[in-house]
Amino acid sequence: MNIHEYQAKQLFEEYGIPCPKGSATSSSEEFESCIDSLGEGLVVVKSQIHAGGRGKGTFTDGFKGGVKLAKTKEEAIEYANKMLGNTLVTIQTGEAGRKVQTVYFTEGADIEKEYYLAVLLDRATSRPVVVASTEGGMDIETVAEETPDKIFKVFVDPAYGLADFQLRELVTKLGLNKVESKNAAKLIRNLYTMFCEKDADMIEVNPLITTSTGEVLALDAKVSFDSNALYRHPEIVALRDLNEEDPKEIEASKFGLSYIALDGTIACLVNGAGLAMSTMDIIKHYGGSPANFLDVGGGATKEQVVAAFKIILGDPNVKGIFVNIFGGIMDCDVIANGIVEAVKEVGLKLPLVVRLEGNNVKAGKATLAGSGLTIVSGDSMADAAQKIVDLVA
Amino acid sequence: MSILITPETKIIIQGITGEFGARHARLSLDYGTQVVAGVTPGKGGQTFEHAGKSVPIFSSVADAVAATGATVSVIFVPPPFAADAILECVDAKVELAVAITEGIPVRDMVRVKRAMEGSSTRLVGPNCPGLVSPGEGEDSSGGCRIGIAPGYIHKKGHVGVVSRSGTLTYEAVYQLTVKDIGQSTCVGIGGDPVNGTSHLDVIKLFNEDPDTHGIILIGEIGGNAEVEAARWIKENCTKPVAGFIAGATAPPGRRMGHAGAIVGGAEDTAEAKIAVFKECGIEVADTPSDMADALLRSAKAKGVTLS
Repeated sequence: MNIHEYQAKQLFEEYGIPCPKGSATSSSEEFESCIDSLGEGLVVVKSQIHAGGRGKGTFTDGFKGGVKLAKTKEEAIEYANKMLGNTLVTIQTGEAGRKVQTVYFTEGADIEKEYYLAVLLDRATSRPVVVASTEGGMDIETVAEETPDKIFKVFVDPAYGLADFQLRELVTKLGLNKVESKNAAKLIRNLYTMFCEKDADMIEVNPLITTSTGEVLALDAKVSFDSNALYRHPEIVALRDLNEEDPKEIEASKFGLSYIALDGTIACLVNGAGLAMSTMDIIKHYGGSPANFLDVGGGATKEQVVAAFKIILGDPNVKGIFVNIFGGIMDCDVIANGIVEAVKEVGLKLPLVVRLEGNNVKAGKATLAGSGLTIVSGDSMADAAQKIVDLVA
Repeated sequence: MSILITPETKIIIQGITGEFGARHARLSLDYGTQVVAGVTPGKGGQTFEHAGKSVPIFSSVADAVAATGATVSVIFVPPPFAADAILECVDAKVELAVAITEGIPVRDMVRVKRAMEGSSTRLVGPNCPGLVSPGEGEDSSGGCRIGIAPGYIHKKGHVGVVSRSGTLTYEAVYQLTVKDIGQSTCVGIGGDPVNGTSHLDVIKLFNEDPDTHGIILIGEIGGNAEVEAARWIKENCTKPVAGFIAGATAPPGRRMGHAGAIVGGAEDTAEAKIAVFKECGIEVADTPSDMADALLRSAKAKGVTLS
């Protein structure tokens, strides 16, 4: 689960991670009071969306920059008015962009040098890793590719936690002076504590900056959380912004379905994540394009199948449906009945190819054949995929 | 023979009185698996009855091990309690703990994995379908079924299957069985980013097992476990190996159902992993329908008989 920058900064404040003073609002009437709550000087105006690349983004009306530096209060208000309610397109949003529903004002910082800092899970060692770089403000993947020697990693033993010597080594590698080192070590320790206590998936600060007086500040904040751990963090769940999520994905989650919208034309309904991913792949292999990932889980019920059909058909790009079920334990006939009921309930004008395999498959196929509906049966994944690709072509 | 489990292996089911655990306890008993004990805290002394069989329930894994001599425990405990259930297996010196549970917080697994370092317990999972070593009977019954896989699709034989995904494993197994090619052991290692046994661990076991003549390695986007296994295969494994990677069409940065199935960079895409497979001499299945055929191609090239 992702949160906005201004929410992440509020958590930073709780954990003693210094960042420039800021204030957020969703109402243009509050712009002035937000800015007044900050100190004198420059104001940074930041669009709040769950996607990176905001600074270099462009709004759909042509206004450039989702992050702007304003010299005066009037200028800041002008920028904020252009951002709020406008749609921002960045390299991470896709062409459709995201509507900006909140604007965040922060004090401008006196930047001496920019760094990169993150805490995340290292899968190879199954340990948390602190990643830092002297190349701040840049895309870290580019840094990793071009100058890997400027990225420093500290692997943390979960039994002991982040050790002082590791922090000392890290700040030394970053080339920080005495005052900066002390401040940075404290900030990194607090960030690591937050990572653990809040069950974060990743915390990324890019850039982390030093000021001319040796302060160390988190200028940006990108935080995501482990969805599996949300049950023990109601305070994090409260930060969820449904405006940032696809309505079809929200609807799917209510029925325990795992759905991800894509931009193709063939909708898929599959049981199991691995099979669902490879169903998308096989559609592409035969020249089609998948409209979604949809895993109905191991024990799909009739209600879930009906809900899944409704969600799939809510996507206007969909031109055909591919149902791929390997009913290992679940009864194929139960699934077949669910499909027939779903089709009858929601009405279907699009081609539908069903591939059923597994437990009680003969009865399931008979149910589909005897339903009077135009359902094309596929013998294998390959056969069914070719059929649906041909039907939507 | 097989790896990790045999038809004689005695197993414990943690969470046997829950709906999910009970259902699969019945299916394993029907398959002929030696389910010798259940564990549910506070329900020690009760029994789990199914089809004329009576399985004693204990309040702790240690009690169950002491009373039955079981060496394997399968965990069907809900996510908030699953980490504790795994540690209980470690404490009771269970040889193999298989965690079926989906949705365990990553931080819990990081701590569990650290706590298991140096212990004698091997973990398979979590978020996995478990293991099957097929038996000699009808529809492969009489074998050892641990977890949630459909037993009847298997056939006793000589192909080892290792995969992160449940249904994709069943797809591979079914393709083999309809071609009359049996399996030695099928291992689902799970779809979480932090898990116990890796692809490579299982590949090493298959390589050492004289009864396994060929291997199907199924992976997906995210992490580098498949790449690690492939590089080892290139240097050490002479048996035919077929591979498949799911997620070629997955958008970067999105979790595709499995918590671990997420493209984080250029190296954990399906494309990159497939390239490494090819470089390491693994016969790549072009589509998931091609997994058994890919293994047959590899076996033919190496002059190995699979059945």
